[in-house]
Amino acid sequence: MPKPLLITQDLNSYYGDFQALYNVNVQVMKDEVVAIIGANGAGKTTLLKSIAGLIGNRPDQITFKDAVIGSTRPDKIAKNGIALVPEGRQLFPSLSVEENLLIGGQLNRPGPWSLHRVFDIFPILKERRNQASTELSGGQQQMVALGRALMANPDLLLLDEISLGLAPVIIKSIYEALPDIIGNGISAVIVEQDISRALAVSHRAYCFQEGRVSLEGKSREMSRIDISRAYFGV
Amino acid sequence: MDWINAIVQGVLLGGLYALFAAGLSLIFGVMRLVNIAHGDLIILGAYLGLTTTSILGIHPLMSLVVVMPLMALLGYCLQRGILNSTLGDDLLPPLLVTFGLSVILQNSLLELYSADPQKLNAGIIETASIEVGSLAIGILPILMFFTAISIVAGLQFIFYRTALGRAFRAVSDNQDVAQLMGLNKRHIFGLAMALSLAVTAVAGIFLGIRTSFDPSVGGGRLIFGFEAVIIGGLGNLWGTLIGGIILGVAQNIGAQINPGWQLLSGHIAFLIILVIKPKGLFPRISG
Repeated sequence: MPKPLLITQDLNSYYGDFQALYNVNVQVMKDEVVAIIGANGAGKTTLLKSIAGLIGNRPDQITFKDAVIGSTRPDKIAKNGIALVPEGRQLFPSLSVEENLLIGGQLNRPGPWSLHRVFDIFPILKERRNQASTELSGGQQQMVALGRALMANPDLLLLDEISLGLAPVIIKSIYEALPDIIGNGISAVIVEQDISRALAVSHRAYCFQEGRVSLEGKSREMSRIDISRAYFGV
Repeated sequence: MDWINAIVQGVLLGGLYALFAAGLSLIFGVMRLVNIAHGDLIILGAYLGLTTTSILGIHPLMSLVVVMPLMALLGYCLQRGILNSTLGDDLLPPLLVTFGLSVILQNSLLELYSADPQKLNAGIIETASIEVGSLAIGILPILMFFTAISIVAGLQFIFYRTALGRAFRAVSDNQDVAQLMGLNKRHIFGLAMALSLAVTAVAGIFLGIRTSFDPSVGGGRLIFGFEAVIIGGLGNLWGTLIGGIILGVAQNIGAQINPGWQLLSGHIAFLIILVIKPKGLFPRISG
């Protein structure tokens, strides 16, 4: 069996004194898409922040490409090939659309993604390249956030609630673009509240409840009853 | 005619104040750090110019070739060594630490150079002037003014046209997300402080050519710098230049009315603007 790309080993994450994750074991294989589902406050975002290095942990609790990265600085983790699309998009307001994308690519990691290719899949961004990122609609901003992460040519892409606050038609178009993005040698972890969408695009899924993994398995084999039990803990 | 003269001289003096202020404005914009030691660093720049000119026997303006890189290096080391660890959600630790730095700098300069006033000798350009109508305008103030404009334009170019400026703005917007892009914020902050102190070196040399200085005069320059930054609006470099000019003009008009009112009228102009527009004339950053 090949070694996983990413492993969390009994991950315990804290915000100050508050413990947000309890002994979380998650694995992501190469070319795999993993969905993380769960209610608000279940620890999904905390997991992604821990992986990306925004929350410091014990070094050996997270392993990426055989290197322990639990307490590594976020910029070094980015260099190593993990890119996060943060919840709420978090574009840089004083940078134009194009500058937001360029700063995503400033590490110059080799790979298929370039400004040109991002403009190919999101043509509207090319039209608006010189506008301030704050002038775009929510859906367009999400495209910039996605493009910005792709510009880093990551090996592992972390997507945090990319459908949050967007109109259903926009969500649909973004999810339709996803297969072009992942599956080109990019593995992904998708955090999503929309369970059916998350299960549809992923190979495997983990359900989180109050900071613990309450269910894991192949996305296609998860039954609704198991999920609602794991989701709500009833 | 005297009034026109006062205004023209004030505008040119504003260039020097803008030089005092540009470095302050830059680091506040990038990392929200208020550098209380900025005035003393200007004076340090002047003393480094003094030492360089006396050792190498070169013109004070030529000494910038040595002093600018030295100050930039000092800035980078200061930021990486001390100031980075004071930055966080609280504005107080950097204030206290730079205040302490100010005390240390003043006393070290006193120990090394004594309290005797010093001056940089720039020769003929100190007194040379050109006639415009019935006004005599000094070459040195003109040189200072256009240097200030070039430096502000240069900083503006770095900020808005280069990858380094992009990184400055990204880190200023959101430090966490900037790090996700692979930017090491500690290094970026170091570069910002290096740039700030390189500009400070220019300010220090011009100050030393224009007036005499001793280790204790940094505080006054800091006030002028702060006032120019706040009049112009936080984080706006062209605003800082205009703030410097307003301050310079107000001081010279005050001096024209009564020689004792020079500093007072500058402060009054500052307070009036603060009352009318608390965020300055052209604010770019809130809070």
